[in-house]
Formats: sequence, structure tokens, C-alpha cells
Amino acid sequence: MFDHITIQLLMGQLLIGLINGSFYAMLALGLAIIFGLMHVVNFAHGALYMLGAFVALILLNTFGVPYWGALVIAPLVVGAFGIAMERLILKPIQELDHLYSLLATFAAVLIIEGLMRLQFGASGLPYRSPMPGGVNLGFMFLPWYRGWVLVFSLIVCVAVWYLIEKTKLGAYLRAANERSEIVESFGINVPLMKSLTYGLGVALAALGGVLAAPIYQVSPSMGSNLMIVIFAVVVIGGMGSIIGAILTGYLIGIVEGLTKVFYPEGSHLAIFVIMILALILRPQGLFSAAEKSR
Amino acid sequence: MTRYALFAVLGIMALAAPFHVYPILLMTILCFVVFAASFNLLLGYAGLLCFGHAMFFGTAAYIAGWLLKNTAITIELAFVVSALAMAVLGYLVGVISARRGGIQFAMITFAIAQFIYFLLLRAPFTGGEDGMQNIPRSALFGFIDVSRSFTLYYLILALTVLAIAAVYRIVHSPFGEVLRAIRDNEARVDSLGFNPVQFKILAITLSAGLAGLAGAMKASVFQIATLHDVSWHVSGTIIFMTLLGGLGTLAGPVVGAALVVVLHDYLAHFGEWALIIQGCVFLAVIMFMRQGIVGAAKALYRRVFVRA
Repeated sequence: MFDHITIQLLMGQLLIGLINGSFYAMLALGLAIIFGLMHVVNFAHGALYMLGAFVALILLNTFGVPYWGALVIAPLVVGAFGIAMERLILKPIQELDHLYSLLATFAAVLIIEGLMRLQFGASGLPYRSPMPGGVNLGFMFLPWYRGWVLVFSLIVCVAVWYLIEKTKLGAYLRAANERSEIVESFGINVPLMKSLTYGLGVALAALGGVLAAPIYQVSPSMGSNLMIVIFAVVVIGGMGSIIGAILTGYLIGIVEGLTKVFYPEGSHLAIFVIMILALILRPQGLFSAAEKSR
Repeated sequence: MTRYALFAVLGIMALAAPFHVYPILLMTILCFVVFAASFNLLLGYAGLLCFGHAMFFGTAAYIAGWLLKNTAITIELAFVVSALAMAVLGYLVGVISARRGGIQFAMITFAIAQFIYFLLLRAPFTGGEDGMQNIPRSALFGFIDVSRSFTLYYLILALTVLAIAAVYRIVHSPFGEVLRAIRDNEARVDSLGFNPVQFKILAITLSAGLAGLAGAMKASVFQIATLHDVSWHVSGTIIFMTLLGGLGTLAGPVVGAALVVVLHDYLAHFGEWALIIQGCVFLAVIMFMRQGIVGAAKALYRRVFVRA
């Protein structure tokens, strides 16, 4: 029954799976940082990813700033926007039940997506690939840009994990969110640390958006479609587990790619089936045992 | 005494309403009143935020629609079967997700709802993107004609009153008492020998059944069932309605549903602005008026009358 499967098809779908997995990993990572440190489920994560892609598009079309400039500028712009969001929306309600921060960011999605649709319409806009062409690997064709996304996103994921878990700034961020009174008594600016945490997570989402712009169409709904998968990824990996988010992101991307080869009708459903199985078999999350439990 | 007078006035208004207002609009409000009441049962009383409540609403609409189109079933039986089917789905969702509390419950139900969405998109009987159309309004008990919107209104009204009464009974029963205790302090309930997970699963089952009734009613009112009813937009709207009306109050869902349905009706011409305005109001309610309209009105009433 699997006669149609050639090595080209298999490798091609595997590559698409890995590319999708890169985005899942980067977004789930940002979401896990924001949740793990601040206990905020950032529903606006997908919308901020979409903003990142749009900032890159506007930079190119209006200001003539090329892709490589956007790669730096867009995360900074959207990160600053995120910090403003944190100060205006999340900070006033941080003492309340965490449900309210989820709902507040959800409301922000309605506003952000609505405004973007108003401005740019609902259909997708193309973004020219900064690295045209590719290389024939014998068994498959690898476009340069996709290779770049694979390598770069992996570097970003490892770097962010290192920053949070191994550096002094990471220790400040974790401590400021975990035991804010004690850290405050040491003279560390806790509100600044919280804003930085949110800003970092949001900047990661925006960076993902810039990376995605040449591969997928840039559209106001690109974020909410992705958000659904990201939520499943974070649930499977264990909430707030940074390493779990990265690994599950790649894993889900690959599984999705393979399902497209062996059972194309089920490729949309595979992620959710895995989530449901994971919830039944390992209710605490795949990777949460290694992390400290909350 | 004032309470009974209020009920009497409300009752007369509800009975007289279709003579003055377009019945479809009234029935839309009533469907969402039941839907919001079911959501409020979970979030307002059990403290569980179901971010995919539309899966019960939308799936029930398809089931009721399919039954009415393809079988000789009477309309009330179609409603009952759809509601029961959604109670079963709710039970399954509860078994999968109730163990993970709080914020994770919201994310899991959100993802499961999307799973159901994709399933229905693929299912052969839903009509895909076009939806299921021309759903007939079969006779009530097999002999009472409800095909006119004017007569159907009274059936929908009766069911809505029944549903609200059911929520009232549930909330004011010992079971409802335990639910509130779980919301306020789950560990303590656990230590008293109750199993919080089982209570939560039952709450989800009941809430899903009610949401299913709302969805089945909606299918008979509009005579269509679409994927939009299962989408996260509807899940978000129902949260908005309940929060705007007032969480954990019986009148809250009624007020919230009526306001938001009428708001949608008015803003329909404004296209994209409708969503933006809804988002802004939603955000304002979360930031500044978390007790909702009914909660704020109650507080005001107490300040003005009780202290004087």
C-alpha cells in the first residue's frame, strides 16, 4: 500500500517537517519562557509572530531595508511593542488568577489581527526569498533558504536555552519571577526583569515571523493558525519546560511530515492525536520529569 | 417579593417580544443565553476555563441537523439526542483534561476543539466549507407545527427557561457547593475526601450537554450548521459574553448574550471594526470590570439600598 513512497517524497516531506518543526520549536520556546517564568499563557504569541513577518514586509517594501536588516530590526520593534503590552495590560492584572492574563492576551489578538486585516486585507502577501536557488543533494533538492532556516533556528533555540539556564542574566530572570520579594531585596529591578522576560519571548516570536515570511505567505491570520499547533506542542512537552518545548517542536514537525507521506488525510489530526495520547499516558508532560515540578 | 414581580415582568416581556421584535434575533439571543449559561456553569462555578466550548455547540448543530434532515425524528428528540451526545463528548474531554487544572485545562480544551474542527471539516456529512443547509424544522412531538419562526420562538423560549432552571438547580445543589469549593480551594476539598477530578468531569459533562442543547436549537433556528460554529472565534465570543454579563451569576449570561448578539447585529455593517471593537470591550472588561455588568449592578444595588 506504500508503493507511491519514493526516497524523494520521503526526504522532501521530512524537510518540510523539519522546517515546520523549527517554527514550532521557536514559538513554543518563547511561549514556554513566558509561561515558565511569568505564569502567563501568551495567547498573543501567534499574533506577534505575524507582526514580525509584517514588520519585515513593511521594512522591505516601504523603507527598502533588506531581509538581513529585518532579521535584527523586526524582533527589536515587536519586542518593544511586547514590553509596552506587558506594562499596559499584563502588569496591572499580574496578581489575579492566571486565567485573566490568558483572556487579556486573547482580546489583544482580536484587536491586533483586526487592525492588520483592516490595513492589509485578509489574503497572503508574498515576500521575496533573500537566498534564491538551492543545491541538489542527489536524493533531494534543498533550497538554500530552507537550509538557512534550519541551521539558524537551531542556533537560536540553543542560544536562548543557554541564556536562560546557564547565564547570570538568565538566573536573574528566573529568580525575579520565582521569588520576586527576595530578589527585590537584593536590589534587582523586578518589574524590569518581568518586562525583559516578556520582551524576550515576544522577540523570539517576531524572529520566527521574519524567518517565516519568505516561506509562507504573510497574512494577518498566519499567527492564529500556528498558535493552535503551538498550544498542543507546549501541552505535550510539559508546560514551562524550555528543553521540552524545543524538542517537542521538532518532534511534532517531523511526525507531521511523515504523516503526510504515509497517511496524508490525517496530517492535520496527527498532532492532536499525539496530544491526547500524551495526556492519557503521561499527564505531567513528556519532558517535565527532568525539570523542577511546579 | 420584588424578585417575583421582576420575574413576572420579565416573563410577560418574553412572551410578548416576538410581536414587536424579529423572532430570529430573539431566538439567536436565547440560543446564546443557554450556551453562555453552560459556559458559566464551568468557569463561574467550577473555575474551569474551557477555551473550546464551541466544539459542543457546533457539533451538536451538525448532529441535530443531520437527524432532522435524514430521519423522521421529531424536533424535541433531535434536541435531546444532540445534547446527550455532547454530554458523552464532554465526559471524554473531561477524562482527558480534568487532571490538569487551571490554565492548562484552557489550552487542552482549545486544542481538542481544534481537533474536532478538523474532524468535522473532513467528515463526509458536514458539507465541508459550505456547511449543512436546509435543515427542516420537524413537528414538535410529531403533531405541533413549529416551522414558522413565530411558533418556534415559544419552543426555544420554553427550553431556555428549562435550561436556566437546570443550571439554578445544579448550582444550588450540594454538588454545586462542592464545585465552588473546588474553585476556591481544591486541595482542601481533596483532603475532605471528595475526588475533585470526578466532580470536574461531571461538571464538564453537564455543561457540554447544555451547550449541545444550545447548538441543536441554533441549527433549527437558522436551519444551517456551519464550521464557524465550531471555530475558536465562537469559543472566544462565548467567553466574552459570559464575562461581560457577569461570571458566577445566574443573570450574567442572559445579559451578556443579549448585549453581544445585539451588538453583533448592529456592528455587522462595520466589517473588520466589529471584531476590533469587541476586542477593545473585552480587554476593558478584563482590566476594569471583572465582575461584569450584573456583578457591578449587584454591588451598586447593595451600596445604594442596603446601607441606607
